[in-house]
Amino acid sequence: MSDLATVVRDEHSHEHHDSSLQHHFATYEQQMDAGKIGMWLFLATEILLFGGLFVGFGLMQARYPDAFVQAHHHLDKNLGFLNTVVLLVSSFTMVMAVHCAKTEQRRKTLVYLLITLACAAAFLCVKYFEYEHKIHEGLLPGKFYSHVGDTVPHQFVFFSFYFMMTGLHGLHILGGMGAITWVFFRAKRGDFNHKYYTPVDLVGLYWHLVDLIWIYLFPLLYLIS
Amino acid sequence: MSETTHTSTHDNHDANAPKIYAAVLGALLILTFITVGASKIQFGSGMVNVVIALTIATVKASLVGLFFMHLIHDKAMNAIILVSSFIFLGVFIGFCYTDQSTRDDLKPVGLKVKVPAVAGAPAVPGAAPTGAPVAAPPAAAPHH
Repeated sequence: MSDLATVVRDEHSHEHHDSSLQHHFATYEQQMDAGKIGMWLFLATEILLFGGLFVGFGLMQARYPDAFVQAHHHLDKNLGFLNTVVLLVSSFTMVMAVHCAKTEQRRKTLVYLLITLACAAAFLCVKYFEYEHKIHEGLLPGKFYSHVGDTVPHQFVFFSFYFMMTGLHGLHILGGMGAITWVFFRAKRGDFNHKYYTPVDLVGLYWHLVDLIWIYLFPLLYLIS
Repeated sequence: MSETTHTSTHDNHDANAPKIYAAVLGALLILTFITVGASKIQFGSGMVNVVIALTIATVKASLVGLFFMHLIHDKAMNAIILVSSFIFLGVFIGFCYTDQSTRDDLKPVGLKVKVPAVAGAPAVPGAAPTGAPVAAPPAAAPHH
């Protein structure tokens, strides 16, 4: 990310207008495309990272179907649904922030980025209450599982996957909040215009991927039948 | 130059973009309601429910990818990267499930006694319909 450090930020000075274009790129379009391909390659590795957990979850669900059905009753469907809606709305506000950065509406960009951050925080708050409830009940991964009164064995396997998948996803939300905050301050400083809004766009791509993973996590974890 | 026509189509797209994004959000929320609704109905076996849930999730993911992630009017390369990652994920899932579902066929022909897949693995009756567990769980469920 050395390009960010070397950029001269003076939006009113037209002789410096092209300073956000790195010298090794011929055009803004080329610079944007290069950044996007890099981001998409990173997103592909993210899909494979979560993919491993999804495969493991599927195999274990096939092996202990009764335990998984029984265990998922401990999850609150309404909270899961609420979090899905919150993330979908945050994806919308994120794409609106990208749109406003591109069309040089700085104030609206900042507002949309703030709403996205608020949604992310709300998501983590709900997750915190869900975790707290599970920790209290002893519904924990592996050997830490201490829930009493189970009629079906092996429910700890479900909670191993539940905590690893939602935990890794939660860390991604946290990372995304950091990235959105960074983009917020750059937008506030006036770094972006219709030619150069790559950071907003790339953070947006990342944010949508985090949303996309939750789109699969929600039915698989909360809505098993 | 083609620059001018290029810019005008972009402007056109930009003007309509918020409406499209709002429509996509609406569709995503409706599909979320459908997912929850469908999960309350028992369609034949549980497998059918999983397939329905994953199909709706894939429709939602496609909407996010095409519109929010701009794949619909982006360079094809980005979509190729995304789709190829899903193809390799499919290979991963496919081979794992094939492995899992054919494991108990790998017994010597005519063998009468049951062979535990892993030495020392606890015998859990009824827990593994397709054969003995291949890996021991990290800890046995606590007794109560």
